[in-house]
Amino acid sequence: MKIILKNVNVFNPHQKLDENEVDLIIINGIISAMGKNKGDVISDAKVFDLKGKYIVPGLFDMHVHLREPGREDEETVITGCNSAANGGFTSIACMPNTDPAIDSAEIINFIINQAKSHLVKVHPVAAASLARKGEYLSPMAELYEAGAVGFSDDGTAIKTASIAKRAFEYSKMFNVPIIEHCEDESLAGGSMNEGLTSTILGLPPIPSVAEDLIVARDILLAEYTGGTLHIAHISSKKSVDLVREAKKKGIKVTAEVTPHHFTLTDNAVRGYDTNTKMNPPLRSQEDVQAVVDALADGTIDCIACDHAPHSPEEKDTEFEYAPNGIVGLETSLALALTELYHKKILSFEQLIEKMAINPRLILNISIPKIVEGELAEISIIDQNEVWTVDKNKFLSRSKNSPFDKKLLTGKSLGVINNHKMFFNGEFFSI
Amino acid sequence: MNIKSKPVDSEGFDRLLTRIAHEILEKNKGSKNLVLIGMRTRGEFLAKRIQQKIKQIENIDLPLGVLDVTLYRDDFRTRLKQPEVSVSNITFDINERDIILVDDVLYTGRTVRAALNALMDFGRPGTIQLFILVDRGHRALPIRADYVGKNIPTSIDEEIKVKVKEIDGEDAIYLLESENKNN
Amino acid sequence: MPLSSKHLLGLQGVPREDIQLILDTSITFREVLERPIKKVPTLQGKTIVNLFYESSTRTRISFELAEKRLSADTINFSVSGSSVGKGESFKDTIKNIEAMKIDMIVVRHAAAGTPLYLTKISDANVINAGDGIHEHPTQALLDLYSIREKLGKLEGLKVCIVGDIAHSRVALSNIYGLKTMGAHVSICGPATMIPRNIEKLGVKIIYDIDEAIQENDVLNILRIQLERKAREYFPSIREYSKYFGITEQRLEKNGKDILILHPGPINRGVEISSLVADGKNQIILNQVTNGVAVRMAILYLLGTLN
Repeated sequence: MKIILKNVNVFNPHQKLDENEVDLIIINGIISAMGKNKGDVISDAKVFDLKGKYIVPGLFDMHVHLREPGREDEETVITGCNSAANGGFTSIACMPNTDPAIDSAEIINFIINQAKSHLVKVHPVAAASLARKGEYLSPMAELYEAGAVGFSDDGTAIKTASIAKRAFEYSKMFNVPIIEHCEDESLAGGSMNEGLTSTILGLPPIPSVAEDLIVARDILLAEYTGGTLHIAHISSKKSVDLVREAKKKGIKVTAEVTPHHFTLTDNAVRGYDTNTKMNPPLRSQEDVQAVVDALADGTIDCIACDHAPHSPEEKDTEFEYAPNGIVGLETSLALALTELYHKKILSFEQLIEKMAINPRLILNISIPKIVEGELAEISIIDQNEVWTVDKNKFLSRSKNSPFDKKLLTGKSLGVINNHKMFFNGEFFSI
Repeated sequence: MNIKSKPVDSEGFDRLLTRIAHEILEKNKGSKNLVLIGMRTRGEFLAKRIQQKIKQIENIDLPLGVLDVTLYRDDFRTRLKQPEVSVSNITFDINERDIILVDDVLYTGRTVRAALNALMDFGRPGTIQLFILVDRGHRALPIRADYVGKNIPTSIDEEIKVKVKEIDGEDAIYLLESENKNN
Repeated sequence: MPLSSKHLLGLQGVPREDIQLILDTSITFREVLERPIKKVPTLQGKTIVNLFYESSTRTRISFELAEKRLSADTINFSVSGSSVGKGESFKDTIKNIEAMKIDMIVVRHAAAGTPLYLTKISDANVINAGDGIHEHPTQALLDLYSIREKLGKLEGLKVCIVGDIAHSRVALSNIYGLKTMGAHVSICGPATMIPRNIEKLGVKIIYDIDEAIQENDVLNILRIQLERKAREYFPSIREYSKYFGITEQRLEKNGKDILILHPGPINRGVEISSLVADGKNQIILNQVTNGVAVRMAILYLLGTLN
C-alpha cells in the first residue's frame, strides 16, 4: 500500500532532521521518499493531509505493566499494545512483575510472540532476581539472549544490597541497565506521601526518604561495581539531587519520571480518590518542582508513564486497601505537551528526546531513522489540538486514571510501525 | 401582628389566678400530695404564680417542676423547621402524686398529649390535672382541662397571646390576627 | 438552624454554629439520662446500622444505648461472621444493607476516608465512629461537652493533648473542634509520635510533660496502644510512663489543679497513674456518661433533618 503523509513537519533530533511542510511517502511500510510536494506525483495512494502536524521517530515508553501472564482481566499484551498505539507509542518495554514473573526465557518468548504481529513492538524487562524474591539472581544471560532489555524487580527494589551488587556486576556483561524501583522496604507500606496532607487525611505515610535511601544505595553500588543504573519513576527532590551529583561524577545512572509526578501534587489525594494512589506516591509541590527542573536540565533523561492497569473492583474500595497505580499510555504524551512543552519548560526537541530517543539509548535499542529505505516507525503528533480525556474511550482494558474529563492540549493522531498504521482509532496494514 | 382585643388586663389576670388557686385547693381538698409542673415556656411562670398564691392561702410550698415536651412532639418529621430542644427539670419523685400540669393556651390538645407521654416517662403519677389559662377551642384530640382561666372562642385565623410580667413586661391576654395561617 | 450537613464525618471544617448546636442539644439529652425511664420516642421508626469493621465495644455500646434511648431500631454489623469474610466487597456489603431500607449508618473502619466513601455509595446519614488514624468526631464532641460542663467555657482555654498523636484519630478531631471553639491547643508526646507538619494546623508542640502541665488548663490523655504497630514508636512502657505518664507527683510538682480527660480504656500505670485516674482532677466517667448524651444529640439532629 502507498501512504502519503502530506505537508508534514518531519523532526528527528537524533538525525538532526528538521523539515517543514514536506510530503513523506511510505510504500509497504518502508519509507520511500521525503520532500516538498513529492506526493503529488504518486497515484493510488492513501493521502493524509497533516499540515502543521509533526512526524517524529516512534515514541517509546519504557515502563509499562502488561498484566499477561496472570491478570488478563486487567490487561493483555494485545490490549496493552493497543493502548500504547492510541497513546502515540510504537514501542514499549514491559515490566516483569507478572504472575509468574518474567524470570525465564519461556515467558520472554511468550510475550514477544503475543506481540509479534502487532504494530507496537514489545521489549520485555526481565526480573533481576528469581521470582523477584531478592534471593538469587535470575538467569540473566539466558534472559538477555531471549530478548530482555534490562533487569528489574520493579514493584519493589532489589531486596538487599548484596543481591543488588551482584545484579550490577553480572549485568555488566550484557551492558544492560538495572532498573530500580527505589524504595526502602522497612519504610514502605503507607498509602501516600508523608506531609501535612497525610496528617490531615489520617493516611499512613510513606516518607520521601524511603526513595532517597535506595537511590543513594544504588548509585553507590553502580559506582562501586561499574554497573549501569536506571532509576524508575523518580519522584523526590532529594533523589533528583543525588542523581544530578552522580552524573557529574560520571557514574552510569539515568532516570525516568512519570507524567503524574510532574503534573499532580499530594494535594490531589484529598477526597480519597483511589486513582490518586500510586507508588511512588504523589509528592509535595517542592518535589514536583524539582522533577520539572530536572527534566529541563537533563538530570532526568526520559518520561515513562508506569502504566499500571487495575480492575475496577480492586480500585473501587477503601483507599488504604486499593492497589497502587494508574494507567498512563493514553494520556502520557498529552500531559507532556500540556505541562512541559506548552508551559515552555521543554522545547519540542527536548520532549522528543525524552520520549523517543533517550529511552532507546538507555536500553541499547536502535533509534528509528526517518530516511529512504528504512522501516517506517513514526508517531504523528498534533501539538495543539485541545481535547477532553474520556476514559471510556481508552483502548486499555482498564480505566483507572485520575485524568478523566481533564482538558489537555496536544495528542498523537496515529502511529506507523511494522508495516501497520494506526489512525483515527483503527489499525490497518500498509 | 394585629391586635384585635385585650380580653384580660393585668388586674383581671391576677384575679383569674387567685380563683384558680382556690379551685385547685377545693377540688383536692387541700394541698397535700400536690405538685405543680409548668410547661415551657410560659406555663412555667404561671405555675410559679399558682405556687405563690397557694403559699399565701395555705402557707405551704408546693414542689415545682418544668417540662419540655419537644422530644415528644408528633410533628417534627412533617415540620419544615427542626424544633429547638430545651431542658426539663423535675427533681422530685412524681409517683402517686397529684400533678397540676400548667400551660398557657389550650388549642388542638397535641402539646398536652405530648406532655402526658413525657410525664409517664418520669414515673406513674396518681392523677394528672390540667390547668389552662386560656381555652381557645378547636380540639383535635380528646383532651379537656380541669381548670380553665378563661374561655375565648377563636377562629383559625386568630391567635391568643398570653404575656407574663417575667419575660414580656406585662400580665395580659391578647386576641390577635394570626401572622401565618398554618399555626 | 439545623446542622449544615446531613453527615458527621469529622470536625475538620465544621462550622462553630454546628458544634455549638450539638453541645447545647446534648444538655437536653443529658437530662433524659437522669430520668427513671431513659427513653424518648423521638427516633421511633428509624433504623440505624452500627457498621463496625474494627472492633470496639465501648463506642458501639455507647451508640447503641443512644439509639435505643431515642426509640430507634438498631442493627449491629461486625465484620467477622459476615459475608465480608467470604470476599464480599465493601461496596456490595453497603448496597445489600441499604436494600433492607435503613436510615442512618454509624461506621467505624480501619481505613481512613471510608465514611466519606460511604456517603458516595449510600443515601443514609453517615456518622463516623472512627476511621483509621483520621477522625473520631463524636469522641471529640463529648470531650468538648465534658470540658464545658466542668469549666463553663471553651473559648480561651489552654488544652493539651498528650500521647501518641500520630496514631490517634481522637487527637485530630479534638484539635479541629477545640480550635473552632476558640481554645488554644498544644500537643505533647515523644517526637516519634508527633505527625509531620502538624504544627501547620496551629498547635504548639511540647516534648516536656512538666511544661505541658504548667502551661495548660486541661490535659486530654490518649491511650498508648500497646498491641499495635504503635508499640514500635517508643522504647518501652517503662520509658513512656516515666517521661510522659501523668502521676499525682507530677501534678503536685507543677502545683496545678488541671482538668484531666481520657477517652478510655485507660492503661493504669502507663499513661495515667491509678491515683490520678481515680482522683479529683479527672472526669473520665463523666465523659462516658456524656458520651451517650452527645451521641443522642447527634443522632437526633441528623435523624430529624428533613
